[in-house]
Amino acid sequence: MPTMRYAEALNAALREEMARDEAVFVFGEDVGTYGGVFKVTKGLMEEFEGRVLDTPISEQALTAMAVSAAMTGTRPVLEIMYADFMPLTLDALINQASVFSYVWEGQVEMPFVLRTQGGGGVGTGAQHAKSLDGLVAQVPGLKVVAPVTPADAKGLLKAAIRDPGPVIFLEHKLLYNTRGDVPDGDETTEIGRARTVREGTDVSIFATSRMVLEAEKAAEALAAEGVFAEVIDLRTLRPLDLGAVVGSISRTHHAVVVNEGWGFCGYAAELSATVMDHAFDQLDAPVMRVAIPDMPIPYSEPLETQVIPDAGRIAAAARRALA
Amino acid sequence: MKNEPSPEAWAEMHRRMVLTRRLEETLGEMFRSGKTRGPIHRCDGQEAVGVGACGALGQEDYVATTHRGHHVYIGKGLDPRRVVAEIFGRATGYCGGRGGHMLIGDASTGVIGGNAIVGAGIPAAAGMALSIKIRGENRVAMTVFGDGAAQTGICHEAMNMAGLWKLPVIFVLENNRFGLTVPQDRQSATGDLAARAAGYGMPGEVVDGNDLVAVFRAVASAADRARRGEGPTLIEARTYRVEGFSTSDMGGYQDPDEVAEWRARDPIRLSASALAPLIGAEEVAAIEAAAREEMERAFQQALADPMPDFAFHAPSSPYAEAH
Ligand SMILES: Cc1ncc(C[n+]2csc(CCOP(=O)(O)OP(=O)(O)O)c2C)c(N)n1
Repeated sequence: MPTMRYAEALNAALREEMARDEAVFVFGEDVGTYGGVFKVTKGLMEEFEGRVLDTPISEQALTAMAVSAAMTGTRPVLEIMYADFMPLTLDALINQASVFSYVWEGQVEMPFVLRTQGGGGVGTGAQHAKSLDGLVAQVPGLKVVAPVTPADAKGLLKAAIRDPGPVIFLEHKLLYNTRGDVPDGDETTEIGRARTVREGTDVSIFATSRMVLEAEKAAEALAAEGVFAEVIDLRTLRPLDLGAVVGSISRTHHAVVVNEGWGFCGYAAELSATVMDHAFDQLDAPVMRVAIPDMPIPYSEPLETQVIPDAGRIAAAARRALA
Repeated sequence: MKNEPSPEAWAEMHRRMVLTRRLEETLGEMFRSGKTRGPIHRCDGQEAVGVGACGALGQEDYVATTHRGHHVYIGKGLDPRRVVAEIFGRATGYCGGRGGHMLIGDASTGVIGGNAIVGAGIPAAAGMALSIKIRGENRVAMTVFGDGAAQTGICHEAMNMAGLWKLPVIFVLENNRFGLTVPQDRQSATGDLAARAAGYGMPGEVVDGNDLVAVFRAVASAADRARRGEGPTLIEARTYRVEGFSTSDMGGYQDPDEVAEWRARDPIRLSASALAPLIGAEEVAAIEAAAREEMERAFQQALADPMPDFAFHAPSSPYAEAH
């Protein structure tokens, strides 16, 4: 299996899907000539003439246009440069895509992918460091995926492009340069399936996106103390792989949920409530939530590092669950 | 001529342009030696826009700027040391390190403030103008925004209301020819952005954005008009971004000849040669040397300042301890 950077894996998925299906087109700010600010769309404009568009800074209209272009026979892949700009897309997602895909069910398909990237840790400041997973995962009719490995970046993007409905595809700015094995050929990763990263017996850690890497480090630290944590990469935030979640808790009886969005009303909050709904009888302790505290992400390094969840905080939460 | 700066006012603006230039150059040097954190958006070569525009306003007037707002910060009279301190995340910065260079705010001088969501400063200034009108105050609001921002939907909405309600607001469109990497003629259906003013029932004017006094005059007369209750003005200041979009820019999309042409029209040199006959070439040179020295001192002091303590900036919500 070749190894690739996460950004290259995404690029390969786009290239393969554009070659496979002429209805697929890519648009967004700086995605053409420049190849995207994270270089995910590099080379595509030259290769697929007329199917890669540099756009003005017009997130609201772009997203609404992706919805209607998808209803009329194309498969748009829209790049929204930062997840922080997702609030500008929300009318199209919440009042248009979600509503039409329900009320016009069967008459129109809505195969578009909105790719964006979030996450903090590198001093990009309060308007360029957020993960707003919970905001989109709340919306009925949307699928939301968040790959952490290059293999899943490729496999999930291919699956998302082929999906008949809207898929929000969440990347992370600190993952683009990470490397990993990526299967050759036409492999897709099924949407809606979690991945067990590490098996364990004492506590289940459910994490999303880059937080999976922090959870793995936390599990290492816990193992040194004789605590065996199971780490589950959710991969798809919606629809949630409930079987994997409940299955793991019924073995470990303790749960920690980790997400890089805000804790209050965020994705971690929903996950913890869902666990309570479906696995309460299996739990020996309350579900522990690790997320961003109630504040915008500050710029200065000593402030920002206190806010972004890390392995230390995840391990501490696991210890609290087991105390 | 009406709205001509006095020699003293001009000299002060000249000083602020040099302060800004030294700030940008020093940031560039520090980036290259790995001493900056997060992206930095320099405004070298565009100093005349922010400094000339702010120079025509009073301390009581409001200004909203962008991610590229150093000339506005310095132009409105902020303390260089506290600006540098904020850029380096120090406790002594204008936001105690919370904001970083894109989000500096100082209510005492009406700088509210930097903004890294493209387009967001435009309705912000319109809203300040609405407040001024409702309170019957003798102030004006101004926004400096890019040609990329001019393509946002919110720009249209805000300008329409400003024209409709004759709000005391000045829209300074800083046309540096690029939105991130996409040239203006591939973002906008028209090259004549000032002409859009007609659609909003306000005057639109094009000025040479590298000519400090031209910018000053245009903004001063727009401010007079606003104070007379005659409503908003759109001023398109044509300039050029001679540096990369930000420190993360990988380049390759600008024509080197064009960059060289604009570098030769350096706003500081243009201002110096027009100012010299008024106050003497030696005085101009002395002002420039003192400004450079002041900025160097600002860096020395700011970099010796302490980093912020998280406890002081932590959230106060009931969930704070749960994370
Ligand atoms: C709503 C939004 N979309 C996209 C971006 C990413 N972005 C930051 S600056 C920029 C280009 C802005 O161009 P312009 O308004 O001309 O300002 P300039 O950088 O040239 O000063 C883009 C696309 C953003 N910050 N906010």
